[in-house]
Amino acid sequence: MTKALRWAIPLAIFIVLVAFLWVGLGRDPRQVPSPLIDKPAPAFRLSKLQTPDETLASGDLRGTVWLLNVWASWCVSCRVEHPLLVQLAQQNVVPVYGLDYKDQPDDGRAWLAQHGNPYTASIVDRDGRVGIDYGVYGVPETFVIDKTGIIRYKQIGPLTEEVLQGRILPLVRELQR
Amino acid sequence: MKARVALALLLLAGAAAATEMNPPQQSSDASGMSALDLRLKRLEGDLRCLVCQNQTLADSNAELAADLRREVRELAVSGKSDEEIKAYLVARYGDFVLYDPPVEPLTWMLWFGPFALLVVGGTVWWIVLRRRERLASSAASPSGANSAEQARKLLDDGDG
Repeated sequence: MTKALRWAIPLAIFIVLVAFLWVGLGRDPRQVPSPLIDKPAPAFRLSKLQTPDETLASGDLRGTVWLLNVWASWCVSCRVEHPLLVQLAQQNVVPVYGLDYKDQPDDGRAWLAQHGNPYTASIVDRDGRVGIDYGVYGVPETFVIDKTGIIRYKQIGPLTEEVLQGRILPLVRELQR
Repeated sequence: MKARVALALLLLAGAAAATEMNPPQQSSDASGMSALDLRLKRLEGDLRCLVCQNQTLADSNAELAADLRREVRELAVSGKSDEEIKAYLVARYGDFVLYDPPVEPLTWMLWFGPFALLVVGGTVWWIVLRRRERLASSAASPSGANSAEQARKLLDDGDG
């Protein structure tokens, strides 16, 4: 073994290690990739928050591209993303449906009255079963669902301007075509 | 570069605060240990809680873990096997819920990496040992005047 090699090998191992750690530490461990991407959105039929006598089923939304935003009145980081959703609703580009997750309907309605209601409709997932079907583990979460009812994107945690403008809206426009 | 470091720090700091999963109301269940309880306990020990990621479903106090335990219990009561219950959770949350990830191309590094490293390390060790042995044996039987000369010179230097 030449002297150069004696240096090169540990250096190469070190560089590989640093590269792995660099990438590994840059990742958010909370962003667990969802197995539901490119799979049909799980079916549900739940009563609406504002009009409890009516129900909404996932099948009712066939033929439209829509967003499903999982929120709750007890969720503090939902307040962070909420203004973005309100803004989005005013632009009228894509209907946003809300899943009021493990919440008291009264609290949910009061919360929307206070912070504004960007949702075409919100549905009540009182015991969190639909949330489990959608693999929800950290509220807020947002799904992009296409015309055929396939989940195309999932955002875990609050929406940001970057994610909305950079990922979600371009995807929505492409799916709406 | 700087932005990357800042982002990494921000993610670390924000990870805990960014998402939440604990509605105020707490649910609790009292349990005597039946055969079903024991089976569930074992099964939940193999499953990871998504909220507090280093705890098992059995150990976690998170609201979601309680919901998932309820779900697992109902599936078990309805006669589903352990494998079916795991498949149910994997379909929703991915392989991440399993503490034993399946062996597939993506996880080969994880499963076989340590053994590959052991083989590489063992080979290097063996090569080094053999080289040393050869050096030692060639030093023990100095061939020619040249090495004898060198040895004398070293000894002289040491005395000097």
